[in-house]
Amino acid sequence: MAKMSFENHIMKQFDEELEEIRTRLMEMGGKVEQQLQNAVKAVTDADSKLAEEVISGDQSIDSMEVDIDEACILIIARRQPAASDLRLVMMVTKAVNDLERIGDEAKKIANHAVILAEQSGSAEGYTEVRHMGASVTRMLANALDAFARFDVDAAMRTLEEDKQIDLEYKTALRELVTYMMEDPRSISRVINVLWVIRSLERIGDHAKNLCEQIVFVVKGKDIRHQ
Amino acid sequence: MSPADTAKPAKAASKAASKSAPKKVAKAKTAVPKVKKTEPKVKKTEPKAKKAVAKTRKAVAPQFKAGQSLDIDDQQITVGKSFSDNAKMTMRNIDVYYGDKQAIHDVSIDIAKNEVMAMIGPSGCGKSTFLRTLNRMNDTVEGCRVEGDICMDGENLYAPKLDVVELRARVGMVFQKPNPFPKSIYENVAYGPKIHGLADSRVDLDEIVENSLRKASLWEEVKERLHQPGTGLSGGQQQRLCIARAIAVSPEVILMDEPCSALDPIATAKIEELIEELSENFTIAIVTHSMQQAARVSHRTAYFHLGKLIEVNPTEQVFTMPEHQLTEAYITGRFG
Repeated sequence: MAKMSFENHIMKQFDEELEEIRTRLMEMGGKVEQQLQNAVKAVTDADSKLAEEVISGDQSIDSMEVDIDEACILIIARRQPAASDLRLVMMVTKAVNDLERIGDEAKKIANHAVILAEQSGSAEGYTEVRHMGASVTRMLANALDAFARFDVDAAMRTLEEDKQIDLEYKTALRELVTYMMEDPRSISRVINVLWVIRSLERIGDHAKNLCEQIVFVVKGKDIRHQ
Repeated sequence: MSPADTAKPAKAASKAASKSAPKKVAKAKTAVPKVKKTEPKVKKTEPKAKKAVAKTRKAVAPQFKAGQSLDIDDQQITVGKSFSDNAKMTMRNIDVYYGDKQAIHDVSIDIAKNEVMAMIGPSGCGKSTFLRTLNRMNDTVEGCRVEGDICMDGENLYAPKLDVVELRARVGMVFQKPNPFPKSIYENVAYGPKIHGLADSRVDLDEIVENSLRKASLWEEVKERLHQPGTGLSGGQQQRLCIARAIAVSPEVILMDEPCSALDPIATAKIEELIEELSENFTIAIVTHSMQQAARVSHRTAYFHLGKLIEVNPTEQVFTMPEHQLTEAYITGRFG
């Protein structure tokens, strides 16, 4: 089973419906990716206007999740998909969930960005946020790329990036603790930064889920919890 | 709609929309998810993202090459798990010819004890022909020739001295269209046990009839009118009567050739439930055109294509991750 294709059904309408959920998932992925980039930028640039945009943008991601889920339910009800079609539909319902959660984490980051911008203190911890933000953004982009091409190898490579992110998270955590010990006045501020990197770490986990789902669609192998 | 078709307008839309992005986002929030119509609206919700990332990512969907994957050659071998350690029936290297035309090519497969084996495949793929070799129904077809070994419990079913009538009692069959004898319900079920001498007395016979009708989940519906004609029952009831008739002679194997294709969904559901129950006592081979039915009732599924056995695997695998491209193409509705 080398090739993935969601075309050539006898029912052409079925092709269209599968293509549709795929396209819409990609659109949602693009939007979520943008939200993440903006949220990280809002923190490091202390840009509360951008942060507000991210916060209000989350609603459109939520409604995309609902729309795509509904389209998937319709496909199951109407077409009773089997084999690769079934795996795609199941994957999409799970992936929208992960993407929506990533959107939520981006929103949380934006919330902390607003608070941090108000406090307008020193830039302690921003390096860590920038660094981890870049890693996580790259990982999410790679995961979405792998999905667009149903590229299992790329998905497996991207999967491994999560370990790196977990490592960066631990390192960043140590740094932040050091800041707090050095200057207890910075504690409330650094805690906000801590929440941000915590969210970034969670996003890495969700991107990992996406990669696992790509492997499931293409290979039919469930590689979760291994 | 090919990916290329969607890509162009989407790109154009995103360019146009990118300037007034935030407003459009707010607007699209209320979009109702009717599959087809909302598409353009949804597109507008991610203008920036689309431009920045999705452009490079715009699904490079690999194309499904019909000609390539649907070809099979002479060396085609069955993939999956054709054999069983607990085989009731073993078929080895079966070829079936109708005159000069070869209908079945070198099929080898086991059917395990108390297993429900479903056989699926497009029309003319040989699944019914194959099923009918299992109780020598093809003997009655002129010009039909069967080669290879078919054994039940190690006994060759095509041995010259084998009693075919007795064989058909041991391997019962249920057909596509319900075909009760034009006799009473009671007589329909009692006929087999009578001619095979399975009942010593009237009481015995009554018991066999009741048990068979109970096993076929028909007893409650017909116990008040056992002596009315079987043809007066509904289609679904007639089919269950035929199943009762088949199990009355205590067969070891029951063959079913599209047993539900003439029935409505409710009657179909009853037969399917029955198949599940019957598998506790019998070995069942069922040919069906309904893939959902195969998925629902069977333990293993065999996929036939142009007289060849392409794949045999546990049903849950066949319908979620089939091993062979052809199986995949058939069960996902890409040809057939």
